[in-house]
Amino acid sequence: MSGFFKSSIGRKYAMALSAFFLMIFLLQHFAINILSVFSADAFNEASHFMGTFWIVQYIFQPILIFGVVYHFVMGFILEAKNRSARVKKYAKNNGGANSSWMSRNMIYSGLAILAFLVLHFIDFWIPEINTKYIQGDMSGLLADGEGYRYYEELTHKFVSPLRVGAYVIAFVFLSLHLLHGFSSAFQSAGISSMRKKKLQTFGKAYAIVLPLGFIIIALYHHFNH
Amino acid sequence: MSVLDSKVPKGPLKTKWTDYKDHIDLVNPANKRNIDVIVVGTGLAGGSAAATLAELGYNVKTFCYQDSPRRAHSIAAQGGINAAKNYQGDGDSVYRLFYDTVKGGDYRSREANVYRLAEVSANIIDQCVAQGVPFARDYGGLLDNRSFGGVLVSRTFYAKGQTGQQLLLGAYSAMNRQIARGKITPFNRHEMLDVVKVDGKARGIIARDLVTGQLERHSAHAVVIASGGYGNVYFLSTNAMGSNATAAWKIHKKGAFFANPCYTQIHPTCIPRSGDYQSKLTLMSESLRNDGRIWVPKNIEDVKAIREGRKKPTDLSEDERDYYLERRYPAFGNLVPRDVASRAAKERCDAGYGVNATGEAVYLDFASAIIRYGKEQAQIHGIKNPSEAKVYELGKGIVEAKYGNLFQMYEKIVDENPYETPMMIYPAVHYTMGGVWVDYNLMTTIPGCYAIGEANFSDHGANRLGASALMQGLADGYFVLPYTIGDYLSKEIRTGEIPTDTTEFEIAEKSVKERIDFFINNKGNHSVDYYHKRLGNIMWNKCGMSRNAEGLKEAAEEIKALREDFYKNVSVPGTANELNSELEKAGRVADFLELGELFAKDALVREESCGGHFREESVELDGEQKGEAKRKDAEFAFVSAWEYKGEPFDAILHKEQLEFNEIELKQRSYK
Amino acid sequence: MNLTLKIWRQKGPKDKGSMVDYKVSEISEHMSFLEMMDVLNEQLINQGEEPVAFDHDCREGICGSCSMFINGEAHGPDRGVTTCQLHMRMFKDGDTITIEPFRAKAFPVIKDLVVDRSSFDRVQHAGGYISVNTSGNTQDANAIPISKHAADEAMDAATCIGCGACVASCKNASAMLFVGAKVSQYALLPQGRIEAVDRVKNMVAQMDLEGFGNCTNTGACEVECPKGISLENIARMNREYLTANIKD
Repeated sequence: MSGFFKSSIGRKYAMALSAFFLMIFLLQHFAINILSVFSADAFNEASHFMGTFWIVQYIFQPILIFGVVYHFVMGFILEAKNRSARVKKYAKNNGGANSSWMSRNMIYSGLAILAFLVLHFIDFWIPEINTKYIQGDMSGLLADGEGYRYYEELTHKFVSPLRVGAYVIAFVFLSLHLLHGFSSAFQSAGISSMRKKKLQTFGKAYAIVLPLGFIIIALYHHFNH
Repeated sequence: MSVLDSKVPKGPLKTKWTDYKDHIDLVNPANKRNIDVIVVGTGLAGGSAAATLAELGYNVKTFCYQDSPRRAHSIAAQGGINAAKNYQGDGDSVYRLFYDTVKGGDYRSREANVYRLAEVSANIIDQCVAQGVPFARDYGGLLDNRSFGGVLVSRTFYAKGQTGQQLLLGAYSAMNRQIARGKITPFNRHEMLDVVKVDGKARGIIARDLVTGQLERHSAHAVVIASGGYGNVYFLSTNAMGSNATAAWKIHKKGAFFANPCYTQIHPTCIPRSGDYQSKLTLMSESLRNDGRIWVPKNIEDVKAIREGRKKPTDLSEDERDYYLERRYPAFGNLVPRDVASRAAKERCDAGYGVNATGEAVYLDFASAIIRYGKEQAQIHGIKNPSEAKVYELGKGIVEAKYGNLFQMYEKIVDENPYETPMMIYPAVHYTMGGVWVDYNLMTTIPGCYAIGEANFSDHGANRLGASALMQGLADGYFVLPYTIGDYLSKEIRTGEIPTDTTEFEIAEKSVKERIDFFINNKGNHSVDYYHKRLGNIMWNKCGMSRNAEGLKEAAEEIKALREDFYKNVSVPGTANELNSELEKAGRVADFLELGELFAKDALVREESCGGHFREESVELDGEQKGEAKRKDAEFAFVSAWEYKGEPFDAILHKEQLEFNEIELKQRSYK
Repeated sequence: MNLTLKIWRQKGPKDKGSMVDYKVSEISEHMSFLEMMDVLNEQLINQGEEPVAFDHDCREGICGSCSMFINGEAHGPDRGVTTCQLHMRMFKDGDTITIEPFRAKAFPVIKDLVVDRSSFDRVQHAGGYISVNTSGNTQDANAIPISKHAADEAMDAATCIGCGACVASCKNASAMLFVGAKVSQYALLPQGRIEAVDRVKNMVAQMDLEGFGNCTNTGACEVECPKGISLENIARMNREYLTANIKD
């Protein structure tokens, strides 16, 4: 396997594998978030479990971080390489005639998602790490000790219309990213999704339903609190 | 005693080739490493020869004007490749393929060569399958065959409608393997502009790098010309735009005899010309004639109405149509050989019955095939009393499955739907049976200079059968030349590397350079195409599907005058030291302007009608065959081999008498 | 019809080049695109100017020589055709047509619209063959039956004409459709399986070396391919490449 990940195709596999991992993560993230719409308690329980269970914290979390970083870094590297493969650009290029906007602009939808992730890290992840590992409070309880803090923190974040707006826009970009990314990952992995209608339909559904769900959750909390 | 020695080995026909191979001189592997061979042209013949010679251990240099060997015009062959495999068990054999080819060539080819061709044909299929050529297969996984061009067996192997492409890519892949091994050095975008002779032997070439314009000297112990045919002498043909006779013509001028230039195949099923701007003609597979019926209107009024758009062909009833091939040749009908079908179309159009604006088109109608297949399918599917629409739908499905890609191509070009209105077709120049004269070893009259594939004259006589061009190209390249060239090269093992700094190379390069400079500096007032089109016009009108003495004499004079005008007034923009396609064309057209004149002379001398060469003076005068071509075996059963002597018309004729020991000469009849 | 043409003119490989406007008139809708170019060139020659250089040969869509990027698409706006099969009826009187060479680092411009596609040849040298002697002493052609399905699929991959439209259309100038088609043709046939591991590795390595971009599955290549080579061939090459690396 020496040199595999340095080759063009090896890197495609790497992008696809990290994408698969991120898509599964996204599904799991969504499953927990949607609980917040139905039951604050259930959401709190699930969040606490995820936030304190050692396998999640010490194994999945580093893998996730690696996956996210890898997907971005490799995305940038490939973009740079691909741009250098055509030094002189066309005076007129009618890309719309042969490919979707999404497929041609993965770098931009990806950058939008990256911007959102920065915001997301500042909003949730950094305070989380601060509370748990720097201050050493693994209880998951509110400052007054009355129940879990997770639901409270969540609803609090969705008060600002600006943040909700940014959130909604980011998920629109995620949807665009997934509309191409889902089937693309399968094609890269050698599974021809382009020809397999069902997989493609599922991919489209995934790419629309999931981000839409996240948006609904955000709007729900914004308008209900 | 003729100066021509065909070197056909003695002995019975059936074992000639095997016996010959057994006794041929070989070159030992260590010595092969010290021997260089130049191959000019990388189509089926040149590509396969280069790969095999490299495989054997020779150092091979290949030259082609295209940017890659994969683009040679062999790629455009559609139908298939013949081989005497008898996989269908329908009675095919080497002898039968041999017989069909000699008969199809109207008894003007060399028996021994044709027999050898038939003999090695089966090996070609084995070889190509081993190379990964994706031939069509049946559901049992075995190779499929189709029948072709009026023979009685199914012996044609095919890869969809792209057999030439797949075989060429096979030869190209074999070349690639040798390029990777360093045994072939490819010179793409290079054009051979002269052959260099040292002590009477071919010792190298002068080539121009078409990108930089630099002239290069390349030496070798043997030079193989595989540069294809000269159909573009007609300007409009089914050849590629770049197809040219320059390499063949250059060796002719240096001593290689040129044989039977007047044997040209004019293919009946091409898309008609639509205007003066037309740059080339497109062939549609002959297989269309299996199901299409050819006709023109019976009444001249209907012709006028159709041309003026007042009537559509579908408006004409059966009674108002003249299915002229079925009328004239009831036995073979629409499946008469290519030359007969082409002449019959010309006859009708000359009489004023051509159905398009240029007056040069006849209909090829699939309506009755659609109905026939539709009824058949209804029967198979158990549909009782099917409606007309249903029959049409079912029949269209079958026609689509068989010829869909051709119909699509036609529609793209002509912008008419051939399912709804009959196709229009007209004959077009397609293949040249004539070419450089070669002996049994495929060597020209210049020692060490060989000609293979369409560039030589040897195997097709006066008319080539469908699916035989690919067979000959690959047979020459893979299985014949690699043996026979060894016989010559075995005497070259002590020669050593041939220097290129000798006087011979210097003189040759100088004359090439002078010619290029002449064109660049001429600053005339007509483009190269202007002359090429005019030459094409003369050729088509006077050396085309039917020829007569008066016209041929005129043609020779007109071409000579045109050539003189060309040298005075041709204009070539740009410089010599860059990519300059006008300069390339100028050199090629200059050669066509000479070849065309020799062509007319050859046609004039051959006062008989045979195969693609039809002399109006030589027809049957009475009986059932009245008006049909008349061959004159007693006087003309020879190969015309022309020796260059300055002006084309001064060429000297040498005759190679053809002997037929195995086959009885008969007049072809398709009535 | 009358047209305005915006054509890339570049004297030689090292020159800078620019777009130049030309006018052509009385163009028939039945002309092929290249015949329209012939008219322009005849006009230029008669005016004493240098004609526009472009690659072309068979003019029937099979040799793969012609290579123009017309109005932002390889081989122009029609589907399933090469430039030589593109007809002027696809355009309207008064149109402005932009004509550029295929652009990719691996396809450097030689002159005007002519590009150097020898990188494709070098990829083929790296493994685009089956290592069998050309002696003809192989086994009988029918000794190994091949399912009709596999043979047909191999044929579909093999119809590639090597024109480079896939590279030209791809936003990344990737050659994966071309390489995938060749890898697939051999991978699908038992004759080609024997060297499958080395072939795919060598061809991909050469492809990367030539400076082609990476595939991001936009599918533009498949749409613009005059022979309709399927993206499935890229997926198959990816599979072949993975298994080749695992086996090794």
